[in-house]
Amino acid sequence: MGLNRSLRFAFNISKSWIQIYKTYSTCPKFPGAKTTFTNQLQFTETSSYAPIPIFRILGPKGELLNSSDEPKLSEEILLKMYKDMTVLNVMDKILYESQRQGRISFYMTSYGEEATHIGSAAALDLDDLVYGQYREAGVLMYRGFTLQQFVDQCYGNIDDKGRGRQMPVHYGSKDLNYVTISSPLGTQLPQAVGSAYALKDTNRVVICYFGEGSASEGDAHAAFNFSATLGCPVIFFCRNNGYAISTPVEEQYRGDGIAGKGPSYGINTLRVDGNDVLAVYEATKLAKDFASKEKKPVLIEALTYRVGDHSTSDDSSSYRPKEEVSDWLNNDYPTKKFRHYLESRGLWNEEHEEQLLAQANKGILAALSNGEKKKKPKWTEMYEDVYKFMPLHIKKQQDAMKDHLKKYGKYYPIDSF
Amino acid sequence: MVSKSGRTLLNLASLNRVISKRAFSNSKTLAAKQMTVRDALNSALDEEMTRDEKVFILGEEVAQYDGAYKVTRGLWKKYGDKRVIDTPITEMGFAGIATGAAMAGLRPVCEFMTFNFAMQAIDQIINSAAKTFYMSAGRVNVPIVFRGPNGAAAGVAAQHSQCYGAWYAHCPGLKVVSPYNSEDAKGLLKSAIRDPDPVVCLENEILYGVQYPMSDEALSSDFLLPIGKAKIERPGKHITLVAHSKAVETCLDAAKELAGKGIEAEVINLRSLRPIDIDTITKSVVKTNHLVSVEQGWPTCGIGAEILARLMESEVFYHLDQPAVRITGADVPMPYTQSLEVAALPRPADVVDAVKRLLKVK
Ligand SMILES: Cc1ncc(C[n+]2csc(CCOP(=O)(O)OP(=O)(O)O)c2C)c(N)n1
Ligand SMILES: [Mg+2]
Repeated sequence: MGLNRSLRFAFNISKSWIQIYKTYSTCPKFPGAKTTFTNQLQFTETSSYAPIPIFRILGPKGELLNSSDEPKLSEEILLKMYKDMTVLNVMDKILYESQRQGRISFYMTSYGEEATHIGSAAALDLDDLVYGQYREAGVLMYRGFTLQQFVDQCYGNIDDKGRGRQMPVHYGSKDLNYVTISSPLGTQLPQAVGSAYALKDTNRVVICYFGEGSASEGDAHAAFNFSATLGCPVIFFCRNNGYAISTPVEEQYRGDGIAGKGPSYGINTLRVDGNDVLAVYEATKLAKDFASKEKKPVLIEALTYRVGDHSTSDDSSSYRPKEEVSDWLNNDYPTKKFRHYLESRGLWNEEHEEQLLAQANKGILAALSNGEKKKKPKWTEMYEDVYKFMPLHIKKQQDAMKDHLKKYGKYYPIDSF
Repeated sequence: MVSKSGRTLLNLASLNRVISKRAFSNSKTLAAKQMTVRDALNSALDEEMTRDEKVFILGEEVAQYDGAYKVTRGLWKKYGDKRVIDTPITEMGFAGIATGAAMAGLRPVCEFMTFNFAMQAIDQIINSAAKTFYMSAGRVNVPIVFRGPNGAAAGVAAQHSQCYGAWYAHCPGLKVVSPYNSEDAKGLLKSAIRDPDPVVCLENEILYGVQYPMSDEALSSDFLLPIGKAKIERPGKHITLVAHSKAVETCLDAAKELAGKGIEAEVINLRSLRPIDIDTITKSVVKTNHLVSVEQGWPTCGIGAEILARLMESEVFYHLDQPAVRITGADVPMPYTQSLEVAALPRPADVVDAVKRLLKVK
C-alpha cells in the first residue's frame, strides 16, 4: 500500500511537469507572473497608460451635466449636506479668528475641500470607522459632532472628551466612530488597514483620509500593500488639494498622481472631482458597497484645492500667487456649485441662505463664549491615563504636585481648573 | 550653610559689577551684537556652505519656504536647487538619501521639521548613519548632520513636544549637541558640519526667536565650539546646576533668584550630550559639593540619570554633601491645555525649591 501511494504521487508530479513543459515557451512560470514573454525591448513609460479620468456629475457652475446622473438622494439629505458644508465654513472663519486673537493656539481650515468631507461622509454609515488626517472636520460634523464639541476641544476645557490632552483640531469621538487625530503624518493609513482587518467579519468598512503629501510616507506603501494582500474592507480617501504646506504636487510625486498607484497594488481605484459633492458621494458609495461585499480595499483620489492657508502657522502668499487662490475661490468653489444645483431644483434660495448663515454665526459665537467660560481639566488629571492603573511613581508625582500647590497654590490660576 | 559673610561677599561682588559697568561702559560685552538663535544657525549654515561646496541641505520646506521655522531663510535664493533641496514628505526616505550622500562623500545637513518626526527616520539615523563607520571597519564614514527643533514648544501637545536628548545620547557612533544660546548654536552647528562623524543637533523652537549677545569672535566665520565641552554659564560655589538647551535658562533664572538669598549657584550649560563633559561637572561638584540636574525631558534613563550615575561611579561621589537630585519634565506625555503644559515642565521655582531643600535653607 505504501508503495502504491508513492507511485501515484510520482505520477502526479510528472503529469504537471508535462503541462508546464508544454506551455513554457509562451507562458512564464515565474511565481506571481501574470504576463507573457516578448522579444521587444522597450520602456514602459508613464504615457504608456492613459491617465485615470476624473469622474464628475456637476459642471463648474453646478449644472447637471447629464440628466441621467441625477442623484437618488432624498431632499432632506441633500439639504443636510449643503447646510453642513456651509456651517463648516462659518465655523472655520470664527475659529480661525479666535486663534488670531490668541484664544486658541492653533487651527486649520477646510476652505475649498468641503465637498470631499461631506460627499464622502454622506455615503457611509455611522457604524463605519473613520481615520482622519486632520483636515476632515466636515466628516465629523456630518456625523453629528456639535459646534460646542468642536469648540470645547479647541479650548481643551473640561467638556472636551480628550481632556485637554491634544492640540486643537485633533478631534476624536468614540460615539461617532471617529478615531482621534494623530499628528505624525501617514500613521493612520496602516492603522486603518489593521482596523479593517479586525472588522472583516462584519458589514462595516473603514475609511481613511489622507493628503497627497502624506501619500509619500512609507506608511502609505505598507498600507496599500497590506490592504490588498490581506483583503481588507478599507477605503483610502486621498484629498489631493495641490499642496503639502508649501510643497506643490509637482514636487511631491511624478506619474499619474495618487490614483495611478492603486492598480499597481491590486487596488480598485477611482478618481473623482473633489469639488463636486455629488460625484464624491457616488464614488464613496460605490467604494463602500464594493469594499463591504468583496472584502477588498478601494482607493479614491479626490482632486480639490486648498483655498485657505495650511494652518494658522502658515502664510501661503509666500509660495503661491494670490490670483491662483482667488480663481478657485470664485470659480468651481464646491459650496457655491452645490448651491447652484439645489437652487436649480428649487430646494434653496437667498432667504434660506441668509437664515442659515445667521443661525450658524449665532450658534458658533454662543459655543465660543460658553467654551471660553468653562473650567480647564483639573491639574490632577495630568497624571491620569498614562496607564490604565496609576503606578506608584506617577502617584508620587501627583502627590508632590499636591504638596507644591499647597505651598505655592496662590501663584497659580487654581480657580480656572 | 550660606553664612552671613557669604551674603556680604555676594553684595560686594554685585557692587563691583556695578562699578565696572560704569567704568567700562563701552566694554565688549555691553557693545556685543545681539543675534537670535535662528540667525545664528542660519549664519552657521551659510558660512559652511560657502566654505565647502560639499555641504548641502535637504528636508521638508527648506528651500523656497525657508524652512518651517525659517532657519534656512535666504539659502535657497543664494545657493539654488542643487544645494537646498525640498523633499517629499518621507522622513525615512530623505534621511536615507542624506545618509547615502554622506557615504558617497558629501556633507548633508538633514533638517527635520521637528525631531518628533525624525522618529519615522530613526532607523536610518541609528542603524545606518551611526553604525556604518564601525561596521565597515572604518572604511565608510558618514559626515552628516541631523538637525531641527527638539523638546517642548508651546501648545502643541504630546506628539510635538518630546525631548530626544536621551534617545540619541544613548547611541555609540553618534555625537549629540544641544545648543542653548546663539553662540552655542553657531559654534556647535559649524563644528557638527565639519565633523567626520554623524552629529545630531537638537535645537529648541522657543529659543529660535530669542536674541543673545554674540562676541566678535563668535561673529567670525572661523568660530567653532568643540563638541563634548560644557560651558560654565554662571560661576558659583554653593551648588552646581547642570542643564542643556532651554533648561539652562530655567537654571539661570533660578540662580538669579537664589543669589538674592545669598546662594551662589554654578550653572553648567552642557552644550553636548554625547560625549558629555563629565570633567567640567566633576570639577564643579568638587567645589560646590551639591548637584542638581535640570532637563525638560523625562526622568527615566534621562540625561540627569546619566550624570548622576557617573558621579556615583567616581571619586566625586565622596564630595557630595547631599544626594544629587534630578529635576525633569513630568513623567507623562505632554498635555495640550496651557495650564497643564506649564506644570509638566521644570520651572525656576522647582529648581529654587530643590536647592533650598538640599542646602537646608528656608
Ligand atoms: C511625519 C510628519 N512629518 C511632517 C509633518 C509636518 N506636516 C504637517 S502637515 C504637513 C503637510 C501635509 O500635506 P498633505 O498630506 O498634502 O495634507 P494637507 O495639509 O494638504 O491637507 C506636514 C509636512 C508631520 N505632521 N508629520
Ligand atoms: Mg495636500
